[in-house]
Amino acid sequence: MRVTLFGTRGSIPAPGPETTRYGGNTPAVEVRAKNGAMLAFDAGTGIRRLGAQVSPATARIDILLTHLHMDHIQGLGFFGPLYDPAIEVHIWGPASSTLSLEARLSRYLSPPLFPVHLRDLPSVACHQIPSPPFDIGPFHIETSLVCHPGPTVGYRVEGDGGVVAYMCDHEPALCLHNGRWPGREWISGFDLAVGVDLLIHDAQYTDEEYERYLGWGHSTYRHAFEFAAQVGAKQIVPFHHDPSHDDEMLDRLHENAVRRIKPDFAVSHGREGAVFDVGLKS
Amino acid sequence: MAHPIQIILMRQLAGYLSVPLFLVDPKGNLLFYNEPAEALLGRRFDETGAMPAEEWSTVFTPVDDEGRPIPAARLPLMITLDRHRPAYQRFFIRGLNGVRRHLEVAAIPIAGIQGDFLGAVALFWELSE
Repeated sequence: MRVTLFGTRGSIPAPGPETTRYGGNTPAVEVRAKNGAMLAFDAGTGIRRLGAQVSPATARIDILLTHLHMDHIQGLGFFGPLYDPAIEVHIWGPASSTLSLEARLSRYLSPPLFPVHLRDLPSVACHQIPSPPFDIGPFHIETSLVCHPGPTVGYRVEGDGGVVAYMCDHEPALCLHNGRWPGREWISGFDLAVGVDLLIHDAQYTDEEYERYLGWGHSTYRHAFEFAAQVGAKQIVPFHHDPSHDDEMLDRLHENAVRRIKPDFAVSHGREGAVFDVGLKS
Repeated sequence: MAHPIQIILMRQLAGYLSVPLFLVDPKGNLLFYNEPAEALLGRRFDETGAMPAEEWSTVFTPVDDEGRPIPAARLPLMITLDRHRPAYQRFFIRGLNGVRRHLEVAAIPIAGIQGDFLGAVALFWELSE
């Protein structure tokens, strides 16, 4: 699988000269199998550019939404393939206890917030998760609800001999007991991320910010690294960067976390445009 | 296997409450009780650990006002597990430390977003005799 980051920013787009290296687009990640099958994690503003690069030969795209906070769906209406009747677009995401996924998405994809109704798009199907594991082409996908305000899922995708977990908005540190990580059955998202080749994980806050925003559903670099160690991930990509953190600050947070924690797994920068090959090489 | 997030969060919440709380999975297996519940039940959770419903439903020897044992199936938590609805009752227990206590117990189901039954929680309130 080839994993490409098209948007790595959390909360709100943060374009500008100070964010050119990590990028200002909100979450969108492409996962492409060797046979050309394609998934997209989330539909933040990064998905507009992702959609512009879709080959005309593509017949189907599956968008896996983690949740419906604005930064994760804001780009959906600007995803070109939605308007191409030749391309089937399947949108997967969580329902709420009272509204279907389609009804929830329609709150955004309808006037006055958006000129086009979701129901008027030519070839779109919505699927509610979490659900039992399912397959999309060469991908085997597991989902479960994770710790973040409102219904939010994490994903584990296996394909081409590799495994990637995507947990972009996640606060597993809320599961700590007296500052210590509990047994695996009490850690949010553990089963999704255990032993993965690549873990894309929330690292929005500094330690100081986390004190102010505890319970808001996000992690620090330290929490992300500790979670990766708990699950035995082989590589982590810190993700969902705070919009107020510029490139220099993100470099510093990354370097400090690596120096302090000395992870025994690979750590890669969560920069827009970064590409990761996971599993068997083509 | 990790518990559903609702169960994980319920345990976290329980850790921050002064109300005694007892958490079980859909089969009735005891998953956790908090410190205030430890005081009522007479033993720390670290000592008892997880236990099946057949064990916890008798180990605290619940009895009615007349001192007659209450069958496990009539306990609020068991009713909730069986019918997936709230249940309430007053009864006496004798904790593992031998202390007899008069309790009100309310049990509520934990149902997920899609209505899936994930377990139940019992809240205890001690009455002065």
